[in-house]
Amino acid sequence: MKVEILEEPLSPWVEVERYEREVLSPQHSGQYGAATVFSGTMRDFNEGDGVSGMLLEHYPGMTDSHLSKISQEAIDRWDILDTLILHRVGVIMPNDPIVLVAAWSAHRVEAFEAARFLIEELKSRAPFWKKEQLDNGERWVAKNR
Amino acid sequence: MIEIKFFASLREDMGRGEAEINAADAATIGEVWARVADGKVLAENMLMARNMEYSSVDTPVADGDEVAFFPPVTGG
Repeated sequence: MKVEILEEPLSPWVEVERYEREVLSPQHSGQYGAATVFSGTMRDFNEGDGVSGMLLEHYPGMTDSHLSKISQEAIDRWDILDTLILHRVGVIMPNDPIVLVAAWSAHRVEAFEAARFLIEELKSRAPFWKKEQLDNGERWVAKNR
Repeated sequence: MIEIKFFASLREDMGRGEAEINAADAATIGEVWARVADGKVLAENMLMARNMEYSSVDTPVADGDEVAFFPPVTGG
């Protein structure tokens, strides 16, 4: 189980490959038949407006502990082997990856359900806030679809 | 002492990110807000945490606590 908040650019597919190689393979060799990965990327539009950039703020300490808590909850609730959550903060530009959530299990159903749970819990409760740069100023994101 | 933090749009509305009060001046999170808000009403959708755990206005506070107020979250 790993949770990390990143100030630097995130490469979700590199990180999934690295985590499988460094953690899953040594610890769960031959056991992980399924991986479900959610990758979230910044759009250049929102609520009908063009968005040229974004500042992602978080609550250091609480964000990490909340993500660790939901990861443990997923591990307790589903028959999964491991989870990975990586999330960007700071200045983000369109096409930049923002978030990676992954769950590994022996079979697909548990991995799908656990990954869905993790991203929905992250979006509804983890203390992150987005401020968008628009052509005519900036605004805090209010709706988190 | 009780340390108070404000985040995102609420930090901008309050004009500061942090505050501090004497522990004797507030028994609950709601009372902490009343001490630092300069008469501002705590909007119904605002969230709060005591020592980095989600809490409510009725949650008791004690010396050494960290209390945070923030708007609905928008990560992911």
